[in-house]
Amino acid sequence: MSVAELAVAIRSGERSAREVTEATLATIATDDPSLHAFVDVQIDQALERADSIDAAVARGEDPGVLAGVPLALKDNLCQHGELTSCASKILQGWRPPYDATVVSKLREAGVVVVGKTNMDEFAMGSSTENSAYGPTRNPRDPSRVPGGSSGGSAAAVAASMVPLSLGSDTGGSIRQPAALCGVVGVKPTYGLVSRYGLVAFASSLDQIGPFATTVADAALLLEVISGHDPRDSTSLPEEAPSLVAHLDDGVAGLRVGLCTDLLDGCDDEVVHAVRRAAEVFAGQGAEIVEIAIPELRFGLSAYYLLAPAEASSNLARYDGVRYGVRVEAGDVEAMNVATRTAGFGDEVKRRIMLGTYALSAGYFDAYYGQAQRTRTMIIEAFDRAYGQVDLLLGATTPTTAFELGAKIDDPMAMYLSDVCTIPSNLAGHPAMSVPFARGAEGLPIGVQLLGPGRSEERLFTAATVLEAGASS
Amino acid sequence: MSALGGDWEMVVGLEVHTELRTDTKLFCGCANHFGSEPNTNICPVCMGLPGSLPVLNAGAVELAIRIGTALHCEVRPSTFHRKNYFYPDQPKDYQISQYDEPINAEGYLDLPDGSRVRIERAHLEEDTGKTTHLGGTGRIHGSQESMVDYNRAGVPLVEIVSGPDVRSSAQARAYAAELRAILIASGASDGRMEEGSMRVDANVSVRRGPDAPYGTRCEIKNLNSLRSVQRAVDYEAERQVALLEAGGTISQETRHWDEDTGRTETLRSKEEANDYRYFTEPDLVPLRPSAEQIARVAESLPAMPAERRAGLIEQLGAEPKDTQIDQVLSAVEQGLDRYVSAAIDAGAPPALAIARVANELAGLLPQAGSLPEADFARLLAMEHDGALSATQAKTVLGDLVAAGGGDPAAVAQAHGFEQMVSGALDAVLDEVLEAHPDEWARYVEGDDKLAGFFTGKIMAATKGQADGKAVNQALRARRG
Repeated sequence: MSVAELAVAIRSGERSAREVTEATLATIATDDPSLHAFVDVQIDQALERADSIDAAVARGEDPGVLAGVPLALKDNLCQHGELTSCASKILQGWRPPYDATVVSKLREAGVVVVGKTNMDEFAMGSSTENSAYGPTRNPRDPSRVPGGSSGGSAAAVAASMVPLSLGSDTGGSIRQPAALCGVVGVKPTYGLVSRYGLVAFASSLDQIGPFATTVADAALLLEVISGHDPRDSTSLPEEAPSLVAHLDDGVAGLRVGLCTDLLDGCDDEVVHAVRRAAEVFAGQGAEIVEIAIPELRFGLSAYYLLAPAEASSNLARYDGVRYGVRVEAGDVEAMNVATRTAGFGDEVKRRIMLGTYALSAGYFDAYYGQAQRTRTMIIEAFDRAYGQVDLLLGATTPTTAFELGAKIDDPMAMYLSDVCTIPSNLAGHPAMSVPFARGAEGLPIGVQLLGPGRSEERLFTAATVLEAGASS
Repeated sequence: MSALGGDWEMVVGLEVHTELRTDTKLFCGCANHFGSEPNTNICPVCMGLPGSLPVLNAGAVELAIRIGTALHCEVRPSTFHRKNYFYPDQPKDYQISQYDEPINAEGYLDLPDGSRVRIERAHLEEDTGKTTHLGGTGRIHGSQESMVDYNRAGVPLVEIVSGPDVRSSAQARAYAAELRAILIASGASDGRMEEGSMRVDANVSVRRGPDAPYGTRCEIKNLNSLRSVQRAVDYEAERQVALLEAGGTISQETRHWDEDTGRTETLRSKEEANDYRYFTEPDLVPLRPSAEQIARVAESLPAMPAERRAGLIEQLGAEPKDTQIDQVLSAVEQGLDRYVSAAIDAGAPPALAIARVANELAGLLPQAGSLPEADFARLLAMEHDGALSATQAKTVLGDLVAAGGGDPAAVAQAHGFEQMVSGALDAVLDEVLEAHPDEWARYVEGDDKLAGFFTGKIMAATKGQADGKAVNQALRARRG
């Protein structure tokens, strides 16, 4: 049953939100202990919410297009009065006094939030192993990672604990775990979804997006959370796109660029899956063009200067003065140091140091400045490519899901997991991962669709075609 | 020889922070209000809570453009930057400010003495919270406990940076006074230095003569009044000269002015200065005021102090005295020149109008500013017509200011200040002359000094209600 069908059933009174929520909570209780996708399950709040939706239906009111649909939120999305920790010790026990804009929009749509999902601390990581709560496991193979940083949100959907979840994507944190867990994951155009209430990692790159088992479900959720928000100055002024209505428009006549630079260094089975995806498009009447965008290979280096630079500033506020954990010490400065030393994990500390260095007097131009110029170069390269093609096709990740612990002591190897996803963040463009094939060990392989700014409608149409031609 | 001795010259640049008179803070909807209970005007945005985002206040932008226009700056497309440093009163541990692309740049300010001080920039930024340190010296180091009030965090500021063009402490004071008058006139700020809504820092260095290269500068903080600006600049320049003449060197540092001891002392050295790691604020978009907005602001600006001074001097007529010009300067600086103009327009002699404003009304600040100009003009008309004596007029003025305005005639009547009919004055004069025959004889013989003696006696006898001019006339008439 699709999310849309589920919502229709609840809105019509055919099924109750209470029953659906209870079933979801029961599944979580049974399945989550071995996967650890959730860091907090909001049992009482979810049931109360479900009852209010059922009551609204009984009164003849319409509780919204996602009425009674259970959904999980990544632990970096603020919910009034609910634990929101970014899987960090430093925010242990913190309850925001306000809702993120996406949380308000979900409520208006009738969603039942069932809990918060695990993540790499402050979204810094590609395996969900950098969590103060311990790692999440991949539902397809529990010895492997679900990817990250939104690993909990991806795993919760992949394990069918919830039909929908939200994550955030700064360098691939939605698409990479979606690919590794075999679900649909979308990084929208920068500014399409309000960031108000998303705890910032790297503000110029962060974007909230959906996880779902189908392209259609993801489209419905993205429509609900999109739209201009006066509380986010970087929010786009336009109205939310209409996605569901165009899912079946087909790709006939569409020019799809098979980007060879988004296959570089990828495992053969991944390359093979992407080439087969191109054949699916061709079979539906799209024109396939091989296209090289060599500038994309500099994305990773630029990203690992820009994102840490912004993070070093965004994470300065966790100083023990106003909220979160405080470790007392001799004076204010010593308290700041003790709090941050105890509160942050190794990867967060590594990136704060990297970013602080990149912004320091005497180094700024060589590092941050150079990275900004590289970012501009990548945006221009994408612009040239989109002069030739409507969409780009490539790998989401170079490999399928890796074993827990395989890369945790090798940051560079871990960072390379995001080599194919980072360029879209740097450009502010939309991109999505669609489950398309299975690898040798039966592990999911996702392929990535990329488009220019605000091309979500076209992306979802193409993704629908890929989904139909998938062998996963 | 300079005021510093020998060929020494001081070089001063001033950085003035002014809070803007907006209803709300720079990036959120919290009230911008001084004096509320601590931590009541706060929200997730100005507390820098995780996930919150700033949204620029259009009203603050408008006031910043007013300031820039009043200072003859070019109003430019601009960007916001983050200035990163840890301090408990800084909720995000960075300040959103403007860096290499300020909203206003390259203006100037002309002082009453004719000198011009360049304005390098006047940019927008947010204020910090306010920390109170308990125990120790009252500063953060050595204190037992620190309390932070975040009501001020996020209040809009414009920082106005002058060129290194000031050459004396008097000029530094005049600059601060003139800038304050401009900020008030433009409606951008209330200019209250005592409440911290206008704060002055001075960069001071010294050199041997106007052609020598600039010396090493020290930044002086905590200048809370025009008087401290002048005193601190003098002290600091003299300190530097003394140090250099003794063979020492100046180290670049930030120094704190202590109003009680009249000295500056080291706050932090250059080595201890923060590396602010400025970078573009990713949560805000570039600010591009439209040509229409800039033109509209320029048209809507009221007359600035320089123009008002010129206008007032013209109203005073031919050849005003030096004391009157000084009175005009201070009347404009205090924003009281509108009373002079109103009184002159209503028919009062210019000399009377400027004298009453400078000598009486200025002494009744800050409440004096709430008095309607028309009430003041009517009062001066009564005094000019002889309906009230100078002493009576002063009493009525005090009442009017205390009440925030009113009808001067009604106030005078309530005090029983009636015009003395000449018959009544004659009777008093008879009594006084009878009581002091010797003095009267000497006055009649030509000793004019005794006119004052008799005027005093008559004033005492009438409890000040007699009109001085009428008394003089009566005395002269009796002498024949």
